[in-house]
Amino acid sequence: MNSKNKKDSILEKDVDSMNDNKKGPGGKRVTFNKNRISWRIGLNNFAKHLFSLSTVFAVVVLVILLFQIIKGSIGWLDWQFLTSNLSIFPEKAGIIGAIVGTLYLMMIVIPVTLILGVSTAIYLEEYAIEGRIQRFIKVNISNLASVPSVIFGLLGLTVFSRMLSLGSSIMAGGLTMSLLVLPIVVVSSQEALRAVPGFLREASYGMGADKWTTIWRVVLPVSIPGILTGAILAISRAIGETAPLVVLGIPTLIMKIPTGVLDDFTVMPIQIYYWTLDTVLTPEYAYLASATIVVLLLTLFILNSVAIVIRNKFQKTF
Amino acid sequence: MGKNSIREIIQNNIRNKNHFSDKVMPKVFFVMASISVITTFGIVYTLIFDSIKFFSQVPIREVFSTNLNPLSRDPSFGFLPLLNGTLLTTIIAMIVAVPVGMAAAIYLSQFASAKLRKVLKPILEVLAGIPTIVYGFFAYSFVTPLLMNLIPSLGAKNALSPGIVMGIMIIPMVASLSEDAMNAVPTIMKDGALGLGSTKLETTLKVIIPASISGIVASIVLGISRAIGETMIVTIASGSSKNFTFDITQSMQTMTAYIVEFTSGDAGSGTVGYYSLYAVGLILFVFTLGMNLIAQYISRKYREEY
Repeated sequence: MNSKNKKDSILEKDVDSMNDNKKGPGGKRVTFNKNRISWRIGLNNFAKHLFSLSTVFAVVVLVILLFQIIKGSIGWLDWQFLTSNLSIFPEKAGIIGAIVGTLYLMMIVIPVTLILGVSTAIYLEEYAIEGRIQRFIKVNISNLASVPSVIFGLLGLTVFSRMLSLGSSIMAGGLTMSLLVLPIVVVSSQEALRAVPGFLREASYGMGADKWTTIWRVVLPVSIPGILTGAILAISRAIGETAPLVVLGIPTLIMKIPTGVLDDFTVMPIQIYYWTLDTVLTPEYAYLASATIVVLLLTLFILNSVAIVIRNKFQKTF
Repeated sequence: MGKNSIREIIQNNIRNKNHFSDKVMPKVFFVMASISVITTFGIVYTLIFDSIKFFSQVPIREVFSTNLNPLSRDPSFGFLPLLNGTLLTTIIAMIVAVPVGMAAAIYLSQFASAKLRKVLKPILEVLAGIPTIVYGFFAYSFVTPLLMNLIPSLGAKNALSPGIVMGIMIIPMVASLSEDAMNAVPTIMKDGALGLGSTKLETTLKVIIPASISGIVASIVLGISRAIGETMIVTIASGSSKNFTFDITQSMQTMTAYIVEFTSGDAGSGTVGYYSLYAVGLILFVFTLGMNLIAQYISRKYREEY
């Protein structure tokens, strides 16, 4: 209150002194209207609070969302839940199948996206000659990034499930998911490669190294933190994505824990989806869905923390 | 290695210069890079190929009717209910996302202190990183019951609740893209306006926003594209009613939800219903691609260069 009064009095004094001293063009007296100025400042402060409120709104929603989900999972998320297989009895059901399924899926997604994504980035940044082809690939990647995930599901259904008859196996799901997250890896790897300073390359060439040796021994090692950060973001996207896998036709209730990449499988998001749909029949499924969401969000949180640590610790600035 | 003199290393390098790798590697990487292009062509090809089969069996007049009944013995494929569901949920989402996202962008770029920004931006990023299935669960099990207290006639599945939650999901996207656009306005212009005695609000409204309008509009268009393609939230919380209605308190199906319902319902390959998936997918693809091209065009064409 005190500081506000002080502010106001400064304003009034300022306006007074401006009115006393300032002369407009041609020696005309300029009068400043105190009311108008305080109205403008008041409006400014009002808008500031309104804008800050809407930012706070986002934060509040996040808190409510996390609170609701954690509240729902209490009493259900325990060791038994993590290590048991699916069951039609809510109190016996667990997600070990979904966890193993997610791990298997990652065994496909991580190598495929890393190899394809980093190679594409190397081509675009190091080898491609400026021109039509390079521009076309770049435009293509940015458009691919915005294709809805459900469309990738249709692609996977046609090409991997039916044409290559992989069905709804881990292989089909993993390849579909790899194509979906490919643009993320490409773009972040491109940025990482671009951030490698020219003098490192020139030093390598100056030592007589050829282009491939320079890329392999100099450019890639320097850009690995950036590439890894992008890869982890892509992996977390793949872990949380549901729609393409649902389109591939993953069965509702898979009791068997997968043992190979050609087995049928389920992952955490799919489990959340089916349990949420079935809450109409068995209300307890909502708690199971909450508990699975907590596990899913914790996984993503850990992955993202690792990405941040890598970015902060290992990224060299030149 | 350590004992070698620089001269020796250089000579070694020159001797080992492998012309083979410099010839082969560019080609290997070109093949890898072309996989992304093949993916795009694969998408376009599968969508068009199977859509043609659909449109050869279903007259175009039927497609633009309001009668969607794919599973009956005499199926009909009017896609207007799906277009309508997508349109309404998208509009609701944008009513939430645009004002809140813009306000957050203005606050973060113009008003917030550097310290506060450091706290708020990661929180927005967390919001953007939450999987959509989690939002779907949230819409269905929390937002819908909450809204039922306000609107007693609200159905357990409705368009309103997923629309709102979709809007919340898009807030971080609109906010961060708009903020980038506003931050790209040169400080000279901002300082000029402030120096002339404008308040921060006036500076924002009369200098910053006009100068960054292309980026802001592009962020909104991208948000719309995201809302059109969003799948899990609407599948869970908006249900699968195929009625043509404008009543947002009732269940309606979006294009994305139709695809999910039909594939997980295991439509037999080769039926008209199966091909209808690809027709809907094609419409969806054209819509989102169109939105993205528009966004790219706006931000390229109307960008003010300083």
